[in-house]
Amino acid sequence: MKSERRRHAVIMSKVVLGALALFMGLGCSKNQESAAPSAAGSASGSPAADDTLTVGFIYVGPKDDYGYNQAHHEGALVVSKLPGVKIREEENVPETDDAQKTMQSMVSLDGAKLLFPTSFGYFDPHILVEAKKFPDVTFLHCGGLYDATKHPVNAGSYFGYIDEAQYVSGIVAGMTTKTNKLGFIAAKPIPQVLRNINAFTLGARSVNPKVTTAVIFTGDWSEPKKEADATNSLADQGVDVVTMHVDSPKIIVEQAEKRGIFVTGYHASQAPLAPKGYLTGAEWNWGQVYTQYVAAMKTGHLFDHMPHLERGGFKEGFIKMSPYGVAVSGDAKKKADAAKAALTDGSLVIFKGPLSDNAGKQIIAPGAAMVQTDVNLEKMAYLVEGVKGSIP
Amino acid sequence: MMSAIDPVADVTGIGVWGVPLAVASGAVRIGTPFLFVSLGECLTEKSGRVNLGLEGTLVMGAMSAYAISYYSGSAWLGVLVAGLVGSVLGALHGWLCSLPRVNDVAIGIALISLGTGLAFFLGKPFIQPSATKLPAIDLGFWSSSPEVRSALQINALFVVGLLLAPAIAFLLARTRWGLVLRTVGESSDAARSMGYRVNTVRAIATTCGGFLAGVAGSFLSLFYPGSWNERLSSGQGLMAVALVIFAQWNPVRCLWAALLFGASSALGPALQSVGVSSGYQLFNAVPYVLTLGIMIATSSASRRLPGQPAELTVAR
Repeated sequence: MKSERRRHAVIMSKVVLGALALFMGLGCSKNQESAAPSAAGSASGSPAADDTLTVGFIYVGPKDDYGYNQAHHEGALVVSKLPGVKIREEENVPETDDAQKTMQSMVSLDGAKLLFPTSFGYFDPHILVEAKKFPDVTFLHCGGLYDATKHPVNAGSYFGYIDEAQYVSGIVAGMTTKTNKLGFIAAKPIPQVLRNINAFTLGARSVNPKVTTAVIFTGDWSEPKKEADATNSLADQGVDVVTMHVDSPKIIVEQAEKRGIFVTGYHASQAPLAPKGYLTGAEWNWGQVYTQYVAAMKTGHLFDHMPHLERGGFKEGFIKMSPYGVAVSGDAKKKADAAKAALTDGSLVIFKGPLSDNAGKQIIAPGAAMVQTDVNLEKMAYLVEGVKGSIP
Repeated sequence: MMSAIDPVADVTGIGVWGVPLAVASGAVRIGTPFLFVSLGECLTEKSGRVNLGLEGTLVMGAMSAYAISYYSGSAWLGVLVAGLVGSVLGALHGWLCSLPRVNDVAIGIALISLGTGLAFFLGKPFIQPSATKLPAIDLGFWSSSPEVRSALQINALFVVGLLLAPAIAFLLARTRWGLVLRTVGESSDAARSMGYRVNTVRAIATTCGGFLAGVAGSFLSLFYPGSWNERLSSGQGLMAVALVIFAQWNPVRCLWAALLFGASSALGPALQSVGVSSGYQLFNAVPYVLTLGIMIATSSASRRLPGQPAELTVAR
């Protein structure tokens, strides 16, 4: 009888573990759905028959998430309108072997010659594996991980200096706040995210030295419940402008509007979600970047025209600002526009001395500066003076 | 240099008082969906069956509530439809488990996949649009502090849940219906010999449980966080199964368990907002650690848990 019960307990625990594993898998389950123009017209799906270039886009989440994926999807839509180009999109592809299967099917079944697997975790090993397998297909990855000494020649990566746009958002936030308290909801304490937190704070303090920024880390790229909690906690602390670096800012923007505080957006424009409180936002401008890549691809030798590792900010058209919201004053607009112009012509450098971290340690000596291409910026592991909190 | 860490020096906002306030309001806000799912699961398990599929029911309820509210403009209609959709999934579980030699746990797992998958598939068009949300009852009208007012924005569903917990406890303990339900859950042979149809009773209990889980989903999409997307549920449906064990199959204890769980979920963000950000992963894990800890503390290899229905697959 006792062994019977024990056997049941073992079976039961296995079942529950299985259920949990299944649930975790489901969280990022794949949902094959193509928004690309129907291929019904081109008979028998033989793409080599004409000059049409098929470009594949792979997203880690839904393509209409008001965030990271939507920004790429908007870029894909620009590409789809180019002559002689057909796009194929797949969303909700997890950063697992599924990414490789999706790339394979885009190449083998759809005849894609250019692939944009957009999520950070697709690069190593998934893109590297597939790029070796299909040497005549070009793989471009969003993230800046390409290393010419290690990685295949038919792969490349691109990324934008979106901290420039966060700096401008910070100026608008610093001019708008009444409590001098800003909030930043961040996914993970990695250099890219810290760079945005610091740029936002430096922008705000350049126009309003009394400003501080409180940071909340949620732990992952998409945590709707925690993001809502974080927004409420910040509002409770008297924060009156929040911004974020998460995959989908929708919940944060909606919660901020509900609490009657201001918000600046990220990735794409979330203005329709907060007609009263949306100030501006740091947006990607992938449409322009992808158009350049497709034009280079059409010549037959993409990497003759574009470097393997492409980066840019305002100047190169990689990023843009959301149009100003109703609450932005004329003075704030003037200061923000001036900073944007100075970042574009290179006369303004965000990370320059004297700069200290929030523990008082000097990061950049007076007179020194780190321009956007400085590799030290990609190893950022500090929060600048004015940021409340520490790196976990 | 400005004080970067000292939260007490703040003149605006409510400083460190924000932490207990956020925890208290989090208990209500985050606890409500847990309360509904766990009440539903409690009802189902009292009849001697486990419905693990409530996770799928919850997500499906969230999606359908959002969709209906978006189309009709009435959030309450959304809540009702979410409940009905939940009932259908519950009835499906109840019916499938009535078939001979069918395992309720396995069916539950299949229903997690079905509910979640169906919700993702049908929910695509509703990720972007904004639906009408559930209104809040403003209990903080007396306060001049916007923080306190916001914390006291209670949703009517929470009040419903507050009344429902003792009501279900009363139903189980004091009514004929409750007695039948408990009899079926304690000994199907006894129930059968008294002339009750065991499978029918269980199917009805599972259907009611599904209704409550659907309503829990509508709270997620129509009140807090108040949006439909595919990462909306953070496992509330599965955690509720643990909460029921934790609450020892007592509906009123389910209420406390749900509140405790909500409060501990709010702790991490609240501490970070006052500048305590080291170890945030640990704070975020508090609710799960708490559940595990209490389950380990109350479990025993040699005796049945108090309140545990004898007919549960786990107990048999």
